[in-house]
Amino acid sequence: MSPKVSEHNAHPLSLGKYIGGFLGSIVLTMTAYLLVTRGSVSKGVLVGILASLALVQFVVQMVFFLHVGDERRPRWKLLVMVMMLGVVLILVGGSIWIMNDLNYRMMDSPQQMQKYLKSQDAL
Amino acid sequence: MSEVTTLDMPRIEAQATEKTVLGFWVYLMTDCVLFASLFAVYAVLHGNTFGGPGGRELFKLPYVLVETMALLTSSFTCGLAMIAAQKRDRSQVLLWLGVTFLLGLTFLGLELSEFHHMVLDGNGWRRSGFLSSYFTLVGTHGLHITFGLIWMAVIGIFIVRRGLTDGTLKRLTLLSLFWHFLDIVWIFIFTIVYLFGSLNI
Repeated sequence: MSPKVSEHNAHPLSLGKYIGGFLGSIVLTMTAYLLVTRGSVSKGVLVGILASLALVQFVVQMVFFLHVGDERRPRWKLLVMVMMLGVVLILVGGSIWIMNDLNYRMMDSPQQMQKYLKSQDAL
Repeated sequence: MSEVTTLDMPRIEAQATEKTVLGFWVYLMTDCVLFASLFAVYAVLHGNTFGGPGGRELFKLPYVLVETMALLTSSFTCGLAMIAAQKRDRSQVLLWLGVTFLLGLTFLGLELSEFHHMVLDGNGWRRSGFLSSYFTLVGTHGLHITFGLIWMAVIGIFIVRRGLTDGTLKRLTLLSLFWHFLDIVWIFIFTIVYLFGSLNI
């Protein structure tokens, strides 16, 4: 590949990539949609499948529409993206973890809390 | 840089564009963090319906699918506008940018109508924690789309009046990044809010 001068100069955008990304996204979206509306997959499995389909579509659009990965070294865009993914993972994962834990510890009533503490031999 | 022997202005300009694009990319990634925190709030609050309706009762999936397809297609036509811009084909750029704008406007119209009906039915953002987080997350995305549409209209006017100069081409490049990015955020709104919501997860 010839050295890239800028986003829109020496590095020609290919129509094929956009069409591929577009068709891929349609197939992934429709699969997810039909699995929810028509499918008979159990809920637990379905959550995993839907999350995977969304992640695959994320990668497809990042690669085919935003051209992640075909930049010249040093790959600053990729580096910033990986940093973002790390922050997002900590932020979302951490929030859900902490709040679920808090829900568990803050039980419905003081009586329930007493019962729980007794069962743990804390009183 | 070995192939550069003389001071070459287009090349220097191209490098300046590359820096601008990187700067804009960094902005987009921080915007991702903003959306991630709203997703986290939604994930925590989505079960707190306070006796009101949940996602299963409120969301109409076929309607949301049309919204999704409109936005996805607009992301594709935005790419076509960029390809035309690279070939310096002004009328093609205007055509695809116009199609992108109309599809974006369709998406926004459908979303606002959905919001309008929910509020009229008494299921506004004040109804429950679930609805507050829903309107904040989806509304923030809609606000981004609104600004994107304004930006697109301005660039369209620039192209009509000044032609495809290096300046307008640079703005168009940034806009296309922004527009593709908004479609990527929508993948997660579609999956986590609408699909999971209608499954009562």
